[in-house]
Amino acid sequence: MTIKRKPQSHVAVVGAGMTKFLRRALETPKELAFEAAQAALESANMTLDDIDCVIHGTAPDAFDGVHMKGEYLSDGSGGWNKPYIRCYVGGGTGVFAPIHGWLHIASGMFETALVVCEEKMSSCLPHPQGAFLTIFDNFIERPLKPNLLWIFAMEMNRYMNTYGISVRDIAHVSVKNKANALLHPAAQLGAELTVDEVVNSPIMAWPVHRLMVSPPSDGACAVVLANEKRAKKITKKPVWISGVGWNLDTSYWTNRDLAYPQYVEKAARMAYEMAGIREPKKEINIVEPYDPFAYKELHHLEGLLLADRGKACELAIDGISARTGNMPVCPSGGLLGVGNPIAAAGLMKVCELFWQLREEAGPRQVPGKPETGLAQAWGDLMQVGTVIIMRNKK
Amino acid sequence: MKKTHLNFAGTPLSNEVFVNNKVSITESNPNAQYEYDTGLGIGKFLQGLKEGKILGTHCEKCNRTVVPPRIFCELCFGTQISWKELKTTGRVNTFSLCYVNWDATIIKEPHIPAVIEIDGATPPCGIMHLIDEVRPEDVKIGMKVQAVFKDERERQGSITDIKYWVPIK
Amino acid sequence: MSDKVAIVGVGISRPQKETPDISYKEMVYEAAVSSYNDAALASHRDIDGFVTCAEDFLEGTSIFDEYTPDQLGAVQKPVHTICGDFLHGLAIATMKIKTGLMDIVAVEAHSKASNIKTYYHIVNYALDPVWNRPLNVNPYYVAGLEMRYFMNNTNTSEEEIAQVVVKNKKNALHNDLNCFGASVSRKEVLKSQTTFSPLRELHMSKHVDGAFVFVLAHESVAKKLQKNPVWITGCGWSSDSPTLETRNWDECEYAKRSTYMALKQAGLKNLNQFDFFEIDDTFAYKELQHLEGIGLYEKGSAGKACLNGDLNTDGKTPVNISGGTLGVGALLEASGGIRALEIVKQLRGDSGKRQLQKAKRALALSWRGIPTTSGVVLTFEGPK
Repeated sequence: MTIKRKPQSHVAVVGAGMTKFLRRALETPKELAFEAAQAALESANMTLDDIDCVIHGTAPDAFDGVHMKGEYLSDGSGGWNKPYIRCYVGGGTGVFAPIHGWLHIASGMFETALVVCEEKMSSCLPHPQGAFLTIFDNFIERPLKPNLLWIFAMEMNRYMNTYGISVRDIAHVSVKNKANALLHPAAQLGAELTVDEVVNSPIMAWPVHRLMVSPPSDGACAVVLANEKRAKKITKKPVWISGVGWNLDTSYWTNRDLAYPQYVEKAARMAYEMAGIREPKKEINIVEPYDPFAYKELHHLEGLLLADRGKACELAIDGISARTGNMPVCPSGGLLGVGNPIAAAGLMKVCELFWQLREEAGPRQVPGKPETGLAQAWGDLMQVGTVIIMRNKK
Repeated sequence: MKKTHLNFAGTPLSNEVFVNNKVSITESNPNAQYEYDTGLGIGKFLQGLKEGKILGTHCEKCNRTVVPPRIFCELCFGTQISWKELKTTGRVNTFSLCYVNWDATIIKEPHIPAVIEIDGATPPCGIMHLIDEVRPEDVKIGMKVQAVFKDERERQGSITDIKYWVPIK
Repeated sequence: MSDKVAIVGVGISRPQKETPDISYKEMVYEAAVSSYNDAALASHRDIDGFVTCAEDFLEGTSIFDEYTPDQLGAVQKPVHTICGDFLHGLAIATMKIKTGLMDIVAVEAHSKASNIKTYYHIVNYALDPVWNRPLNVNPYYVAGLEMRYFMNNTNTSEEEIAQVVVKNKKNALHNDLNCFGASVSRKEVLKSQTTFSPLRELHMSKHVDGAFVFVLAHESVAKKLQKNPVWITGCGWSSDSPTLETRNWDECEYAKRSTYMALKQAGLKNLNQFDFFEIDDTFAYKELQHLEGIGLYEKGSAGKACLNGDLNTDGKTPVNISGGTLGVGALLEASGGIRALEIVKQLRGDSGKRQLQKAKRALALSWRGIPTTSGVVLTFEGPK
């Protein structure tokens, strides 16, 4: 897709904040949203009065148990008496929400925006997994009583079978990400694991083993965006949004090639074009692809054109995607390590890039003064890819 | 104290506090009931299942036969569609062995969901369904399978009119 | 910064009380095809991006955006869903075009209200789970509360509110989309069953099925696609507090702020230059509350204007020439489509019997319904 005209302004991320990711939080959904929003504002030394509009991202209403969840969360997200809108692309929302914020500012309609993503999955009983029943087609899938593990396990199987990848190959991703997460103060499941421990963990839905799945979580994240003029006054280290892309494939997922996420490639190309990136493997310094399952990190790296098809596992096995490797992947610890409150998870990755590119990631800091980072989220019936490229130089 | 990226908010709850009533909770059961209109495409498909048939549609422009059937082609956006009766056999495109129920309880004998490419449709078009009457370790991608329908009197015009799929010996 | 955006194509699947023979996908397809034809698009592939408006619990499907692309010809395209009214969708699409990323964006919203069997329970599920839901009362009491407050606060009488119903149902008789057009008298309205006092049966819009798809384009391509493009000159939207206990019952803040934002973008100081208005009338009193909220009428005078005939199609400030949702039917998140469609038709000079002589500028307002305080205002200008 060719960009038509230049945006009205460059847009930067000037603040970020998040809550811990927890299996079950005491805080209500509004409180989670508030904590993240307040943390983001404080990090930018701003107040709600400085914010022109609020964008909220949250995934199925069925989790928190409130219809029109976006409206319910509007006060916790700072949307009182402001232009407030909720965007929703399933799991892709976490990266799409800041893209939606980018739309607000790049259009020239607003100067600053607060983007908040929240999810409280623990409210859903007996288990949040049950809420996923209703994402399936109401006529020809729901009567079979599918659960979410089915489709990911099937996609993982097809991916493995197509390229001759083993469970063991994929297990390296769990080891890497959960270890990375030990250094993330908000992480739910940081752990020191071996490949054997991952491979020997109980099978949930073959070929998915327990230690290859991210848990349900409660949590919230927020970022503050500003146009160029305001960004420069707010912080000495704005992180620029250089590229955005998103793409949605057909709902007929059983008619598609599950081994390769074409829609991720299309979203990536849209972002690369906007950012002027010609050789992504060389130009992207940090990658935060969506990793709710270990194999997804690999599947997505290939869709992002950062690894050859079927070869992404080599990056983890050979240490190239380690924090200190040539192309660090999920230095945050990813969803596998930090947690997966569906919509907030993607925004966690954007927060990570914000801190990394400002050299504020503490012990998680990727060495070598990284300049360009990419975050990607994914969701729906394995259909949507959302990509954002961030740079610390304009 | 400022809650910055060095000090995150969030108070974890353990199972114990619920068991011992240390937090107050409110329970709510949604009463959300719907009756969906199947429309022409799926309506005819379900009617076909009731008759023991698997129907698909063919787009003349794209030269593609798809299942589940639809009365417009989502690719060329046209309606040069004709109906086709497909076979009740197919090939496993992918599958899983699922040991977890939808309420997260563990089950001993796994469910075997699969994407089955239906013979007569343009590959890789297929539907999701279940495989049965087979040892889990024997299920393979590429395996040929046959639909097992319910008894005619029990069929309702539902995807479950097909009980499951079994390997063709 | 002249980045004008116009509506270049409109399409509908006509509102009907029930649509048992088509699925929501087939319904939206019908609207999309007629919209893309109206925009003289060579192919659906020429559309750069898509915005859809939906709420999970109104569809009966979680992550409903999964099921949006096929019927719009949007497979493997930038598509996203917002939780908002159709007018919100038009605002976001306008925004997308102004970023320069896209030239042509399609917007979709639909209603399959007939498929929802427990609608009131679902609305109740939108209430606060700790403070309000446990009361276990039909949530439409919120409208009753607000109506009583409005009547007391502005001295608006029952007769004045009843006249809104009379006007809109009568207007709807001229709208070929109408499902509830009728000649009713104020007396009949005032005698209709009290439902959530002071709200009565005939004050309440009834749901219908239907779908809208619009195509928006940047000025550089708009005239190639449509001889009579209708320009979106301003967009504004705002949300007051979601909780019943902390919201401002006095003022219609969302209407006020949305109008301010839209007028600012349109470069207009006030509403004097607008020829007609399409205003949310989900409940009859809301039309009056909104008219005062947007500043067209002073506090307490919208009702009198209605009784005077000022809001009639041949009056000083025509409101809801379409018949509103009271006359046409309420389409859940697609209700804004009724308003936008009327405006497009009027500004194109395409409204047949109900065509206004002077139709140059119009304003539309949508409200997202109980229990929200979220609204959106769009201002439009006709083709030059």
